[in-house]
Amino acid sequence: MLKKRIIPCLDIKDGRTVKGVNFIDIRDAGDPIELAKTYVAHGADELVFLDITATVEYRKTWIDLVNKIAREINIPFTVGGGINSVEDVRALLKAGADKVSINSAAVNQPHLICDISKEFGSQCTVVAIDTKFESGEWRVFTHGGRTPTALKTVEWAQEIEKLGAGEILLTSMNNDGTKNGFALDITHTVSKAVNVPVIASGGAGKKEDFKNVFEQTTATAALAASIFHFNEIPITELKTYLTKQQIPIRI
Amino acid sequence: MIAIIKYNAGNIKSVQNALTRLGYESEITDDQMAINTADKVIFPGVGEASTAMRYLREKGLDKVISDVTQPFLGICLGLQLMCESSEEGHTDCLGIFDTKVKLFPPEDKVPHMGWNSFNTLKGPLFKEVKKQDNVYYVHSYYAEKCKDTVASCNYVKPFSAALQKDNFYATQFHPEKSAGVGAQILRNFLQL
Repeated sequence: MLKKRIIPCLDIKDGRTVKGVNFIDIRDAGDPIELAKTYVAHGADELVFLDITATVEYRKTWIDLVNKIAREINIPFTVGGGINSVEDVRALLKAGADKVSINSAAVNQPHLICDISKEFGSQCTVVAIDTKFESGEWRVFTHGGRTPTALKTVEWAQEIEKLGAGEILLTSMNNDGTKNGFALDITHTVSKAVNVPVIASGGAGKKEDFKNVFEQTTATAALAASIFHFNEIPITELKTYLTKQQIPIRI
Repeated sequence: MIAIIKYNAGNIKSVQNALTRLGYESEITDDQMAINTADKVIFPGVGEASTAMRYLREKGLDKVISDVTQPFLGICLGLQLMCESSEEGHTDCLGIFDTKVKLFPPEDKVPHMGWNSFNTLKGPLFKEVKKQDNVYYVHSYYAEKCKDTVASCNYVKPFSAALQKDNFYATQFHPEKSAGVGAQILRNFLQL
C-alpha cells in the first residue's frame, strides 16, 4: 500500500539553516547537511530545501550545497526558491536535486511549468501554491504570501496540472505559523479537483493535525518546518502515532 | 568498475552518488568498449520513453544493451525501456522482458509517487529484504506482471516492481533513493 509521506522543510539562508535548536544527536543545527541527515535517520520520507537568500551572487553557493546534499542524502529531495528559468532547473537537477519547486515564477510565467515538464518530466515539476482565504474566497498569493493575485486557488491548481505539474505543494497562509492544524477544507477541495499528488502545508502544531489531514483529505503528503526543526514533534514519534491511528506510514 | 549508461535521461548522478556511498567506483559513459568491459552495468533513467528510445537507437546503444552479458540493472524508465513496448509515446522498446508498459488508469493519483511495499518478492536482488519494506516510486506508467516478474507491488492494480531474465535485472522503484532498503538492494546487485 502506498504510504502517506512526512516531509520536513528546511529554510536555507546564506548556506545555513534558518533558526532551529540542536538535536541531541547533531552538533550543529545550522548546518543543512547535518540537519537533513538527522531527519533522514529519524524517518523523513522526503525533504524540501527552500533557498530564501534569493540573491544572484548566492546561486553558485546554492548549487554547491545541492551537490553536497545529493551526495549525502539517500531519499528524494526537492529544492525551491528563486527559480525563474529552465536553465535554473537544469543546474539544480544536474547538481542532484530530484525535484524542483516553483512558485511566484509559475504565476508570472505559466509556460515555465510546461517548459520544465517537457524538458525534464512532470515527476520533477512541483508547483507551490500559497493560498489565502479572504472575502469569502481562496485565492493565490505570490512572494511568500505578500502579493495577491486574481487567481482562484482551485482553478489555478487545475490549470497547473494541465500545464504539466507532477505535484502540488499547497500552503494555506491563514494557517501557516498558527500551529492550529492544516487547512482541511481547501486541501480537500484542491486534492479532489486534480489527479496529481497534493502536499498539505501550513499549520501543523500537533500529531493529531497530521492524522486529520490524512483522514479528512486525499493529500498524500504533509509538510512542516518548525515543529520538526525545534523537535517539538520528533518524526519517529509522529510516525509511530500515525501508524497506531491506522494511517499507512513507512516505519 | 561499474558502467552507468549515459543517455538523455535525468537522475544519473543520483545513481552514481549511491554507488559512491556504497564504496563502488563508477563511470557514466555511452562508450561501447567501456560498457562491454565493465564488471556491472546500470541503466538508470527518468524521462519520456519514446524520446529515450529514439536516442538509444541513434547512438546504437539499443544493440549494445541487448548484447550485455554482465549483470545489468535497469531502474525506473530503464526497466520500462527493457520491456516489449510502452504506451508512453507509443514506442517499441528493447524487448528483453516479455511484457508491455501501460499508463495507470486515473482511478487514483497519477503519478504513483512515494513509498510502497511489496506483494511478492524473490531472487538474489531481494536478499535480506522483506515484503513489508518500503521503496520509493515515481512513475505514471507500469510494466504488467509476467513470467519475468520477481517482485510485485500494488497501486490501482498489481504491477511488476522488479523483473529478471538471465543477467538482466530491473526495478521500477528507485533503489538509489530508497534509504537503507534501497542500499541493500543495490548491494545485492553489486555482489552478484
